[in-house]
Amino acid sequence: MLQQLSNRLQKTLKYLRGEGKITEKNMTEALRMMRMAFLEADVNYRVVKDFEKRIKEKALHREVLESLTAAQQVIKIIREELTSILGKESQELKFTSPPPSVFMLVGLQGSGKTTTCGKLARWVLNSQKKPLMVSFDLKRPAAQDQLKMITQQLNIPFYEFSKKQLGSPRKALQDVVEYSKKKGFDPCIVDTAGRLHVDEELMKELRMTKDVLNPSEVMYVGDAMTGQDAVKSAQLFEEKVGLTSVILTKLDGDARGGAALSVVSVLGKPIKFVGTGEKFDKFEAFHPERMASRILGMGDMLSLIEKAEQKADMKETEELARNLRKQEFNLQDFKKQLGQFKKMGSLSQFMSMLPQGGPFKNLNKVNIDDKKVFHYEAIINSMTIKERINPKIINGRRRLRIARGSGRPVFEVNQLLKQYFEMKKMMKKSNFQKLISSFPSSH
Amino acid sequence: MLGRLKQKLIHTRTTFEEKFDELLKSGKNREEILDQLTETLILADVGIHTTEKIIHSLREKSKKGDSIPQLQKLLYQEIYNILSPHSSSPNINHSSAVLMAVGVNGGGKTTSLAKLGYHYQMEGKSLMMVAADTYRAAAQEQLSLWGHKLNIPVIKGQYGADPASVIYDALHSFKSRNYDLLLVDTAGRIHTNVNLMNELEKIRRVTSKEISGAPHEVLLILDASIGQNALVQAKEFLKFSGLTGIFLTKLDGTAKGGSVISIADELKLPIKFIGVGEEEKDMMRFDPKEFANALLS
Ligand SMILES: Nc1nc2c(ncn2[C@@H]2O[C@H](COP(=O)(O)OP(=O)(O)OP(=O)(O)O)[C@@H](O)[C@H]2O)c(=O)[nH]1
Ligand SMILES: [Mg+2]
Repeated sequence: MLQQLSNRLQKTLKYLRGEGKITEKNMTEALRMMRMAFLEADVNYRVVKDFEKRIKEKALHREVLESLTAAQQVIKIIREELTSILGKESQELKFTSPPPSVFMLVGLQGSGKTTTCGKLARWVLNSQKKPLMVSFDLKRPAAQDQLKMITQQLNIPFYEFSKKQLGSPRKALQDVVEYSKKKGFDPCIVDTAGRLHVDEELMKELRMTKDVLNPSEVMYVGDAMTGQDAVKSAQLFEEKVGLTSVILTKLDGDARGGAALSVVSVLGKPIKFVGTGEKFDKFEAFHPERMASRILGMGDMLSLIEKAEQKADMKETEELARNLRKQEFNLQDFKKQLGQFKKMGSLSQFMSMLPQGGPFKNLNKVNIDDKKVFHYEAIINSMTIKERINPKIINGRRRLRIARGSGRPVFEVNQLLKQYFEMKKMMKKSNFQKLISSFPSSH
Repeated sequence: MLGRLKQKLIHTRTTFEEKFDELLKSGKNREEILDQLTETLILADVGIHTTEKIIHSLREKSKKGDSIPQLQKLLYQEIYNILSPHSSSPNINHSSAVLMAVGVNGGGKTTSLAKLGYHYQMEGKSLMMVAADTYRAAAQEQLSLWGHKLNIPVIKGQYGADPASVIYDALHSFKSRNYDLLLVDTAGRIHTNVNLMNELEKIRRVTSKEISGAPHEVLLILDASIGQNALVQAKEFLKFSGLTGIFLTKLDGTAKGGSVISIADELKLPIKFIGVGEEEKDMMRFDPKEFANALLS
């Protein structure tokens, strides 16, 4: 699917390239392709239609800048529009004075509210706040336990309701605020029961919770994998409870996250954070430009480089880059590179973040399956240093030995060597070195 | 049972026929009707690819002047044909059967497993469950609470323990007790996480070593609200854990779960069960007719 999406966009680009002027006619085909890309990314059908109309108007009425071709114009407009809908910049959390501020998290079942509560608490902890966590999910088995265990892991206080308190929920909630005030907790982060938005009873309960707590943030927690229904859910939560902002979860997967555009278009409320993994530090401020690239499928170079910055071992990267520049890419380097791919997340994820054209075009032919990274490492581990530095000497007999030593089939050893030689060849030709050497140097 | 699904879906129901009637009254031609159908399918998460395929086939099979009921029947047929050929009866009607639930985080694995437990208990099977999610906070407690409620024994593991070893222990006690069915709850995982996917492969290996042919059923628990990523997920889980079918959850919401159509079409995987609520009773066998109807409503 990813492949398809990227191919489509490449086609769009190709189509647009070289056209000097935006006309109704050349727009039509370009817009059709954009529509396909959006739909594959799960942007809501009606949102897509609406978006298309806006682009059309903008593009046709735009004065043509001499410095840009028509193609660049249209892409610029699409990007601008997309980014501006997604929000101008990453937004700060809203606190109340006097404290305590209350942040309330709402959303569908399984969207990741409880984990996100933990992440949010950890986030504010970093800015010298003193958070308190409360779970108002009284329905799902072990929901209380789940949040409690999270607070223990993070070493953050947890407010536990007594049986008696729960007899009168309104009072129980007031108790939480009182307690926070007295103990100086700020913010008070409230987890709520996830239920389907068609559940009137829950919506009433959420509304009541909100009325009592008067939160400065009512954050809608939405799953980035959501399809067309994203619009309806968000809309109903807005209507029945009232929201201030959005948190998008599970962006560590490979869903294009069109739901982000859908939700923001119908709510007009900003996305403040994104969740990118199960661990509590996998939580980032939202970046509209990156999201725009992801939805459009044009390769998120920015986030790739940032990730590499954080995760790759600088020294190893440096060395690798040096070798690449010298064109001495040997299997030892190959192995290091595999190791870094692993640190950066999955290989396919890495690949999908690269633009599909230009210097990276052939890179995708080096089709390395994620599982193989592990197998490949095992194979290289079974080689002698001599073999790693000069792979050309690896003849049939050596291959057999390596296969036995690593417990992998011979054909896989052959495959690895073939891919290595191919990669080496390509690196000579392509600008891959530029990418590698653009990683910041540690010296 | 069917009545319950209908009841749960009633709030969004403007029937397919009504929509067609509207079209008929407004005197639209075939292309306009097909456009409308495209929108319906896409809004149901069928996906642009599969939608275009279905619409193309409708265009081929219909004639320009075809009446609306004829087109309607064709579309039903089209969807039904994609969904129905794959047998949907679970392969656990023998002794020492093992059923495993896998899927991304929050899809409803634990709850669905409890529902299956309840269902097979009602059918008179002796069964136990194993909580192989040793990662997520309170995952152990969650399944235990279900076990307690339904009176089904639950084998627990230590947090942080290797899930394969928890399952290994469970398989032993399962065999020694001579029960009919073992239900395995696994931790949620995003399919792009290689380590976690490899873990599933290992679980599979361990299981088949202990009981040949096991796990007999590996169900992907899929949230109906997931869009086009559902197919990607199914592919990945199929690769690593060898799926035997899909359990589609949360159909009591407004999401239609149309993504399973491309899964059935491309991967030939049967949809076996649907979840329609949070309670143990809220589960049904998948019925392609009923599903096609709900999808188009
Ligand atoms: N309305 C409705 N809710 C469901 C259904 N299936 C599961 N849920 C709810 O979805 C939420 C998540 O379900 P779990 O069973 O914990 O999901 P899981 O896949 O085990 O989650 P992790 O183990 O955290 O990955 C719970 O609140 C369930 O009650 C369903 O068919 N309908
Ligand atoms: Mg679970």
